[in-house]
Amino acid sequence: MLHPNRMPPIQSNVASSAGDELALVQAAQNGDVGAFEELIRRYDRNVFRIANHITQNREDAEDVVQEAFLKAYQNLKKFQGQSKFYTWLVRIAVNESLMKLRKRRSDRTVSLDQDIETDQAESIPREVADWSPNPEDLYRQEELRDILGRTINGLPASFRTVFVLRDVEGLSTEETAEALDLSVPAVKSRLLRARLQLRDRLNKYFKAKRDGVNP
Amino acid sequence: MTCSEFLKELTDYLDNAIDARTRKELEEHLQWCHDCYVVCNTTKKTIEIYRDSRLYELPDDLRAKLRSAIVARCKSQPPES
Repeated sequence: MLHPNRMPPIQSNVASSAGDELALVQAAQNGDVGAFEELIRRYDRNVFRIANHITQNREDAEDVVQEAFLKAYQNLKKFQGQSKFYTWLVRIAVNESLMKLRKRRSDRTVSLDQDIETDQAESIPREVADWSPNPEDLYRQEELRDILGRTINGLPASFRTVFVLRDVEGLSTEETAEALDLSVPAVKSRLLRARLQLRDRLNKYFKAKRDGVNP
Repeated sequence: MTCSEFLKELTDYLDNAIDARTRKELEEHLQWCHDCYVVCNTTKKTIEIYRDSRLYELPDDLRAKLRSAIVARCKSQPPES
């Protein structure tokens, strides 16, 4: 049996050149709103995606984009350049998103520490059917997106957030830990569980489609 | 190596963040364990599908609207000096 191809190194979805980004940040720190607008152009799509994934609500995500960038601008002098500007911005955006989520679910606390003790990730999943033919060939794009959205919505916020930063946005494990104020082992543990839970949930859809039954 | 041990290392394996000896042990396990082979493959596929999904794209018109609103707020609420 051949071993599965290894994952290629994750490429960050953020295209940036560090040098000119620092110049933009410094200009914005000195009150150049035009320079800050360029930083918005670079990262608004990423912030919107992260906020949507965490809040599960488009209006909240739009608010988060505005609030996160405004807060970043107002606190830009506190940014010391020890981390990437994007990692610093993501941290603000995640906090804003979690605040929105808490407001919507006022009956319970939402934090990155919740739901850690859920499923035993280390037990082998029961359904191990391979995904053949390719799931992307089984669905229309819209249909697949709907399934992916519903599937990730079912994960606890703490798992969802780690998965989105690491696997969708392409932050490194260390950057994810820094943005979420978690330890590297905590990020790895949640990432493993998030990946396995998502795999398990998608498996139900893909297997049912292949077998011709409703999931 | 047991299946549980394999799963514990799966994230580092997929992220190529393990030493050569552990990688060799994991790949030996994959040679004979069909379940772990499938879980590994489909987990990798899960990550790829989400990464390529273009879920929650920001439409251009909304993007422009949000950017204008942010810039206006930055101008009206500058940082305290």
